[in-house]
Amino acid sequence: MESYLIAFGVGGAMCALAQLVLDLGKLTPAVVMVLFVVLGALASGLGVYAPLVKFAGAGALVPLPGFGHALVQGVLEDVRAQGFLGIFTGGLRATAAGLKAGIVFGFLMAVIFRPRG
Amino acid sequence: MDSQTRETDEEHLNYRRRARQTEPKRPLARNLLVAFLVGGAICALGQGVFNFLLTVGYTPKTAAAPLSIIMVFLGSIFTGVGVYDRLGKLAGMGSALPVTGFANSITSAAMEARREGFILGLGARLFTIAGPVIVFGATTAFLVGIVFWAAGTLHR
Amino acid sequence: MSRVGEGTYKLARPVVLMGAGTVVGPKESLGPLGKSFDRVKATDLEGAATWEKAECAFLAEAVETALRKAALDTADLDVLVGGDLLNQLISFNFAARNLGIPAIGLSSACATYAEGIGLLAILIDGGKVGKGAVVTSSHHDTAERQYRYPTELGVQRSPASQWTVTGAGAMVLSGGEAGVRITDVTFGRVIDHGLKDPNNMGAAMAPAAVDTIRRHLRGTRTTLADYDLVVTGDLGRHGLQLAGELLEQDGYRPGAKLVDCGVRIFDGVPDVDCGGSGAACSAVVFGGDLYPRLATGKLQRILFAGTGSLHSPLTFQQGETIPGIAHAVTVEGA
Repeated sequence: MESYLIAFGVGGAMCALAQLVLDLGKLTPAVVMVLFVVLGALASGLGVYAPLVKFAGAGALVPLPGFGHALVQGVLEDVRAQGFLGIFTGGLRATAAGLKAGIVFGFLMAVIFRPRG
Repeated sequence: MDSQTRETDEEHLNYRRRARQTEPKRPLARNLLVAFLVGGAICALGQGVFNFLLTVGYTPKTAAAPLSIIMVFLGSIFTGVGVYDRLGKLAGMGSALPVTGFANSITSAAMEARREGFILGLGARLFTIAGPVIVFGATTAFLVGIVFWAAGTLHR
Repeated sequence: MSRVGEGTYKLARPVVLMGAGTVVGPKESLGPLGKSFDRVKATDLEGAATWEKAECAFLAEAVETALRKAALDTADLDVLVGGDLLNQLISFNFAARNLGIPAIGLSSACATYAEGIGLLAILIDGGKVGKGAVVTSSHHDTAERQYRYPTELGVQRSPASQWTVTGAGAMVLSGGEAGVRITDVTFGRVIDHGLKDPNNMGAAMAPAAVDTIRRHLRGTRTTLADYDLVVTGDLGRHGLQLAGELLEQDGYRPGAKLVDCGVRIFDGVPDVDCGGSGAACSAVVFGGDLYPRLATGKLQRILFAGTGSLHSPLTFQQGETIPGIAHAVTVEGA
C-alpha cells in the first residue's frame, strides 16, 4: 500500500510541476514534454534520478523524466560494456520497448478506431 | 521590415499591455490540483502493474520495459476509444506527462492522419508530437554519454 | 456606387438580401440561437468519410437552402462568392465543383462572409452581376487539425481561446428595392498590434474591428446612434471587451449596442471559453438571427463587421505576430 501512495505522491508532484511550468510559462504541452524528458536525462546523468526510481518506483518511471532517465542509463550501460560505440547504441536500446509499443499500438488503434473530434 | 501597422509604438504597447491585463486567467490552483490527482492516479496504476510484475519474477530493473509497454498500451487504447482526449482536457499535464500521454500523442496523430493514407498519412505523421521528445531526449542522453566517456569514469 | 471614405463605398442603389441558408453542427444547436438555424446536424461528420468532406457538404447544403428560400435555382446565379478556413479553400472550391456556379474564392479567414457580402453588393451595384450568393463554412475538427492538434490529443484549452463553429451560412443577393438591403461597404485594412498568442485571436482582431468600424462611421457620416446594433464577427468575450474599450478611447459610447456573433452563438454553452469563431460563425448568426430580425422590422439598421485572424500555423511557428482584418457593411431592415 505504501508503494502506491509514494508513486501517487511523486508522480503527481511531477505532473503538477509540469502544469506549473505550462501555465506560468504559457508553453504548449509538447514543449513541456520535451523539457521534462531533457530534465530527466540530465538528472539521471547527475545521478539523482536513480535514487528517485528506487524510492518511488512507477512514480518516477511512468512520467516522461523516467523516459529521459532510461535513455541515459542505457547509454551509460553500453559505454561501460563497449566503450565509445555505446553512446550511440545505448539510448534507444534501453527505451526500445516503450517506443516500439508506441508505434505498434498507435498503428493498430489508427486502423481500428476513427477520431471522434 | 516592421510587421506592425501604422499606429504609433506607444499605441501598440498600450494595447498589448491592456490585452495582457484583461486576458482570461488560467485557473492555476485548480489546474495544479487536477494535474496532481490525475497524474498521481496514473502513476499509482503504474505502481500496481509494477508490483504485479515483481510478483511474477521480474526484478525492479527488468520490470521497467514491460511496465512501459503496458502503460503505452493503456494510453493507446483509451485514446482509441475516445476517452484520453477528454481526460487531457481536464487534467492537462496530469495526463500528458505520464508515458500514457506520450502514447496518446502518438495514437492521436496516427488516427488523425490515417485518412491521408497509411504511408504518407499515418506512417509519416505518427511522431508529429512525440518526435521532439525522442529527438531531444536521445540527444541529451548522447551528450551525457559523451561527458561520461570523455571523463573515463565508466572504465575500470 | 461612390467612394465616400478610405475603403468605404456607398451603393448607388440598394442591394437586396433574398434568402439565407444556415447549417450547423450539434454543439451550435445548444446555444440560444439553436432553433434559428435551417439545418441542425446530429453529428459533425454526418456520414461523410472525413471532416473535410463533411464541411464541404455543409457548405453546399447552405447554398441550396438559401436558393430554395429565395425561390431560385443554381442557374439563376451569376456568381458564388465565399471561402473557408482551410488551405486552398477546399470546402468552398470543392463544393463549387458540384454546384456549377461561377466561383470567386475569398480568403479573409473569419471575415470572409462580410467581405463576400460587401464585394458581391458592389459587383451587383456596378451592374455587372445580376444575382449571386455568398457562402462561408468552418468546422471545429478540420480547423483543429489544420491550426492546432489532432482531435484526439488530450490538451487543455486556454480560457482565452475560442471554439470553431461547425457549419455553413449562405446568402443570396440581388439588385432590387424592397427587402433587407446593403447600403454601404467598408473593406478592412490589415492591422497588427504585435500580439502572438494564437489561442487568443479575439485580442488580435479587436483593433482591426475598431479601425474598420471607425472608418465606416466616418465615411458614411453616421454615428452609433444611427444603428440598432454594431455586430462584430467573432471577437469572443475578451476581444469584444477590448474592442469596446478601444472605441471608448476614441470617444464612442457603444454600450450594449456592441455585440459579437461569437459570444452570442455559444452563450451559456460549456467548454467554449471565450465563445465561437470560424468563417461560419458570423455567417450563421447573420443568416439565422440578424437577417430574420431585419426582415421582420425588429431591427432597422445594423453595422455588421466580420472579423478575421490572418495567421497560419507556419507564421506562428516562425515567430510572426498575428494580423487581423475586418470588413463591414450597413444592413437596413425591410
